[in-house]
Amino acid sequence: MAELDALERAILNRLQRGLPLLAEPFAAVAEELGCSQEELLVRLQRLLADGVLTRFGPLYNAERLGGGLTLAAMAVPQDELERVAARVNAFPEVAHNYAREHRYNLWFVLATESRQRVGEVIAAIEADTGYPVLDLPKLEEYGLELYLPV
Amino acid sequence: MSELDPLDRRLILATQEGLPLVPRPYAALAERLGVSAEDVLARLAALSERGVLRRIAAVPNHYRLGYRANGMTVWDVDDARIAELGPRVAALPGVSHCYRRPRHLPDWPYNLFAMVHGRDRAEVQAQAGRIAELLGAACRGQAILYSTRILKKSGLRLRAD
Repeated sequence: MAELDALERAILNRLQRGLPLLAEPFAAVAEELGCSQEELLVRLQRLLADGVLTRFGPLYNAERLGGGLTLAAMAVPQDELERVAARVNAFPEVAHNYAREHRYNLWFVLATESRQRVGEVIAAIEADTGYPVLDLPKLEEYGLELYLPV
Repeated sequence: MSELDPLDRRLILATQEGLPLVPRPYAALAERLGVSAEDVLARLAALSERGVLRRIAAVPNHYRLGYRANGMTVWDVDDARIAELGPRVAALPGVSHCYRRPRHLPDWPYNLFAMVHGRDRAEVQAQAGRIAELLGAACRGQAILYSTRILKKSGLRLRAD
């Protein structure tokens, strides 16, 4: 676990909530947090460089970008997992891929430029790996709150 | 589905790696795109209005913040009750990404997905217990799929074509 001081915790909690659309947004947030803009930017850079933050920037809603998006799952024998995961990850449409403890042990998100492309990529992954893929598109979104207080 | 015009598209491409960490980040983007800072701010405001932009924010590595247990909880919920119960599950603290997804019978009976982050598995289990309590008799089965490894995390990409 990362060692964080009080200011870094405050920055993480505040900036998970979102940056304002102002000409000088970091100055506004720094004022809220009671630090200087320069200090805020230096800390942010360090949090990114240390890997405490994976990203800082706009979060887009992939479906509203007009493309296709789905969650896919595969049940792969444990001794085949590395090989199959590498083949799945080689598809540029695979955005995230997690190993999970379950008979369905490979879970990945497919993001494609068009909706019809989702089915094509799934068929290609099945052909390439020899295992069937469960296609689990979102039917309804009840909430997407990613806030992790520190 | 919303159409992206060429400038929206260039703006999204220019920010896929993140926002410039400088005092005037939108002006820095504007310079790269050959437009004014006001144009960039207006575009981002419009994308936000249309729901294309969720927010401009920090995305933490949850493992590094001490959230070591990540459980995808999945539930087989009565179709007649899921619309009423889904938003209530989503509103519970510690729950993110709460969606209805299709069943694939007989292999996959679960239609409600709720991601639960905890400092350890006991915390995730306690949270799953609260979800089970809320769902009550409308739930016919459940599982918790803990993540053991991130195999890829590249974020969503627009092709630069």
